[in-house]
Amino acid sequence: MDGFVVQFVNGLKTTVLLALVSGALGMALGLLAAAGRLSRWRAVSAAVGFYTTIIRGVPELIIILLIYFGGTVAISAFFGRYVEVNAFLAGVVSLTVVFGAYTAEIFRGAVLSIPAGQIEAARSLGLHPWQTWLLVILPQMLRIALPALANQWISLVKETSLISIVGLTDIMRVAAIGAGSLRAPLTFYLAASALYLALTSLALVIFNLLERRFAVPGR
Amino acid sequence: MRAAKALSYPAFGVGEPAAEPGIRAERIEKRLGGNDVLRGVELIVRPGEILSILGSSGSGKSTLLRCLNLLTIPDRGDIWVHGEKLAIRAASQHGGPAGILDHRQVRRVRASMGMVFQNFNLWPHKTALENVTEGPVLVKGIRRGAAAELGRHYLAKVGLSDKADAYPRHLSGGQQQRVAIARALAMEPQVLLFDEPTSALDPELVGEVLRVMAALAGEGRTMVIVTHELAFAREVSTRAAFMHGGLIEEESPPQEFFSSPVSGRLRGFLASHR
Repeated sequence: MDGFVVQFVNGLKTTVLLALVSGALGMALGLLAAAGRLSRWRAVSAAVGFYTTIIRGVPELIIILLIYFGGTVAISAFFGRYVEVNAFLAGVVSLTVVFGAYTAEIFRGAVLSIPAGQIEAARSLGLHPWQTWLLVILPQMLRIALPALANQWISLVKETSLISIVGLTDIMRVAAIGAGSLRAPLTFYLAASALYLALTSLALVIFNLLERRFAVPGR
Repeated sequence: MRAAKALSYPAFGVGEPAAEPGIRAERIEKRLGGNDVLRGVELIVRPGEILSILGSSGSGKSTLLRCLNLLTIPDRGDIWVHGEKLAIRAASQHGGPAGILDHRQVRRVRASMGMVFQNFNLWPHKTALENVTEGPVLVKGIRRGAAAELGRHYLAKVGLSDKADAYPRHLSGGQQQRVAIARALAMEPQVLLFDEPTSALDPELVGEVLRVMAALAGEGRTMVIVTHELAFAREVSTRAAFMHGGLIEEESPPQEFFSSPVSGRLRGFLASHR
């Protein structure tokens, strides 16, 4: 059992790193996609709409498997010999793609809920569009998006467990190995649950702080 | 560089009025939501003039005002601001929308025209002072410290020195609109555009906003005011225009406009608003 404490610590590190990296990349992708979705260019908007609809409509597990095995096929073909995709990398890519699709829709809704008059006021002063984004849209959009983003981050932390299916040694995989080898499934899965619960609780606390930080003064 | 630009718009600089101050709009047409909102309007605003635009809702007066700083882009027609023709692409016959050709020019022109909106449109996450100073800082590159001084000056001018650090949510509608006026003033614009500035206010708050506007009019500023406040328009403006069906039906100095209107529609409009 003692050996598994070390393994759980390593698995925890992997899970946290995976969530943070794919969450950060996914939010960046989501912001870009939201901007594309709101673009005047119909082709861009339609392409982004296609992406978010497909990704949100397919189970995450399948996306992970497709990216893992598809990536292996593609890279092997490129190098002319069998190359196996790194499980962590496949995890980052698939979770980023998924997270980007969900946050894109969150950001898009948040931008649309900002009264058009506030953007017109910025334009009427002669502000450049990107100044309008930074001054008017982004700060208010983040505030509006925060509750939905909190939910999405919690989902992300839990979804990292799916990456264990392609061999990533995260919390979930450590628990599964321990459960099998020591024949104590309940102990190991309860331990894993506690770790995930700790992580999601921490995420909730952080988002509550952020919501307070970005609250509209005076409400 | 300039010559090249002039060449790309053949109409520019050929037989056009020399750098005349003020605003000139010619044959402005705009279709919105299947309605011909503007149907070839002609409008001139001379420096120092205070022009009130009146008319029933749907007559096109707000749309015309918004065309002057291109918040609404006219489908057809030309606009000169301070003698400079705005580079816009007309809407196509096949429904392609009108567009701005020179965004840099439009930003410069917008910065020279302050606009005050019906719904104030303050930014709720910024204090009154920040609402006023962001324009000078971001558009004119004025340093924060100097901008704050400028902002306090204009907040004092609208009687809100003590509200600099208040957020819009803590201000009454009348106070919010006065902050919005200070925001427009802080850009030190050559023209002020008012789009029904008192229409969203409770009746008891209208007076404080009109008093500020009257004081500005007394400074010889160029102002275009779309309004329903007939008494105010009569008292403050140097010229009044009546819009109906997407055209200016009648315009004259306020004395004639209100005392001896020519068109039957204007007579009816004035009678119904008495």
